[in-house]
Amino acid sequence: MIKIWSMKKNEDAAAKKKPKTSAAQIRVQKDLTELELPSTMKTNFPDLADLLNFTLTITPDEGMYKGGAFNFSFNINTNYPHEPPKVKCTQTIYHPNIDLEGNVCLNILREDWKPVLNLNSVMVGLQYLFLEPNADDPLNKEAAEELRRNREHFIYNVKHAMRGGNVKGVQYDKVLV
Amino acid sequence: MSIAVNGDASSSGWQNQYYHVDQVLDRPGPRTDPSFLAGDGVKDFLRNQCKILVIGAGGLGCEILANLALSGFKDIHVIDMDTIDISNLNRQFLFRQKDVGKPKATVAAEFVMNRVPGVKVTPFYGKIQDKDEDYYMQFNLVICGLDSVEARRWINATLVNMVDPENPESLKPLIDGGTEGFKGQARVILPTITSCYECSLDMLNKQTAFPICTIANTPRLPEHCIEWASVLEWPRVFKDKKMDTDDPEHINWLYNTASKRAREFNIEGVTWSLTQGVVKNIIPAIASTNAIIAASCCNEAFKIATSSAAYLNNYFMLIGTEGVYSYTFEHEKRDDCPVCGGQTMDITISRDWTVDRLIEMLVERQDIQIKKPSLSTPTTHIYFQAPPQLEEATRPNLEKKVSELVDDGGEMTVTATTLPFSLSIRIKYT
Repeated sequence: MIKIWSMKKNEDAAAKKKPKTSAAQIRVQKDLTELELPSTMKTNFPDLADLLNFTLTITPDEGMYKGGAFNFSFNINTNYPHEPPKVKCTQTIYHPNIDLEGNVCLNILREDWKPVLNLNSVMVGLQYLFLEPNADDPLNKEAAEELRRNREHFIYNVKHAMRGGNVKGVQYDKVLV
Repeated sequence: MSIAVNGDASSSGWQNQYYHVDQVLDRPGPRTDPSFLAGDGVKDFLRNQCKILVIGAGGLGCEILANLALSGFKDIHVIDMDTIDISNLNRQFLFRQKDVGKPKATVAAEFVMNRVPGVKVTPFYGKIQDKDEDYYMQFNLVICGLDSVEARRWINATLVNMVDPENPESLKPLIDGGTEGFKGQARVILPTITSCYECSLDMLNKQTAFPICTIANTPRLPEHCIEWASVLEWPRVFKDKKMDTDDPEHINWLYNTASKRAREFNIEGVTWSLTQGVVKNIIPAIASTNAIIAASCCNEAFKIATSSAAYLNNYFMLIGTEGVYSYTFEHEKRDDCPVCGGQTMDITISRDWTVDRLIEMLVERQDIQIKKPSLSTPTTHIYFQAPPQLEEATRPNLEKKVSELVDDGGEMTVTATTLPFSLSIRIKYT
């Protein structure tokens, strides 16, 4: 065998053992402990020992979704950050970019995810959806159509749905704080 | 002079079985390593002492196993968690139609042992994660022919973690081969010394993902319809039931659902095999790419095991899409690599020190310069600066003694905004 060990002597910095925390775990620890969330966003860990599964509550303080509290589940797998976290809205809400199953249309959650992005980027991206709902990337087509056609009426529908109302035959969850 | 050919395999090997290999091992060449001992010594090591592990017995694995056996490695172990599928038979030449459904590792091992006398191949039908460090410690070398990023990251991190500064035998060279269609790469990783797999994670191609709103509203391609079935319809219809991409029933359901949608939007091209290809992210495997990359990997294994020539430093890539292009370069180790980078520091403290005092000390130390450190061990969150709920939950630990939470010689992972990635500290008590 080639004498690799002799090369090692010159590399004292690398010569020490690393702990057995997985790279994904350390990265999640780094992402979470460096989160600087505004007062409108709050994380909740049902199991404090499990950093990979938690929820985020967004309570917008401006815009048409002001007054609501919106919950998202975060599910991070061991391939993070090679793969993005899986994020779903856990309520049925009236939003052009979120469908009735809770799927979210946010580019960085799918096609534009890169390992340099982090949980903070995703959370900021989610909050932005409530400030600027976007009719061009519809997941709830009815809502997107309404936003494009009649903004006033769309806002009315948002308020109505947030109170737990029925919009075009769909029963939405009450999300008022 | 008689030239030996690869003749028939009798029970004790054929005449001059190693004639060609011995040309390289009997005398030094212009580029042999100074430590190379031509002749019996090196042959004895290669044929009687060296134990090599092959991870994966698929497209690359079959080639690797055959190459290793024919170049004189005689104690080969192979791990694979898969069984043989009929679609493997065009290139995974150690398998026959009668083997469909049987474990790849077992069948491959049998085949090589029958064909190349004197070689012992020990199969393990299971996952690499089923084995612990004691298992990996028995090998001199590890070669990977894998198709998954996750498995590569796991074996890479395991081998890096196994390096014990007190024990030279704990450093296991890792040779990693990979192919994707006409492209491939082979690399030599000397854990903790050269760049590791995790160091190069940002070089990976992104998986093709379509915007979810395109899938939902404006499908144009058959792939859009298949993604619609798997990403949106499956969870809607089956809720929490997990999709198993190896289950033909599940693929069937996806195929039917995607086909219906394709008809609705007048899209052509949804087929059963495309459905399977999209959901399993299959890129067609090319037998000749596998052969080239496996040959390169085995060449490196042979050179490292025998010191008969300079080995690859450290990354070889092959692009066969237009002509044959290859490029070899040294991929550099990253200081901020979460697996092999970062520093490990020894910190000696009194058994009476509280976590709070340790944090204060870390913040004050000029040589690390960290702000707001968060600390954990592989099993415990010791103190987290954020988010609020975790800060609150770990706050009581600040008053506890470090010695209640970490054993003597135990390690802690420190993360902080000011660190490139993380810092490991090893705690020793006075």
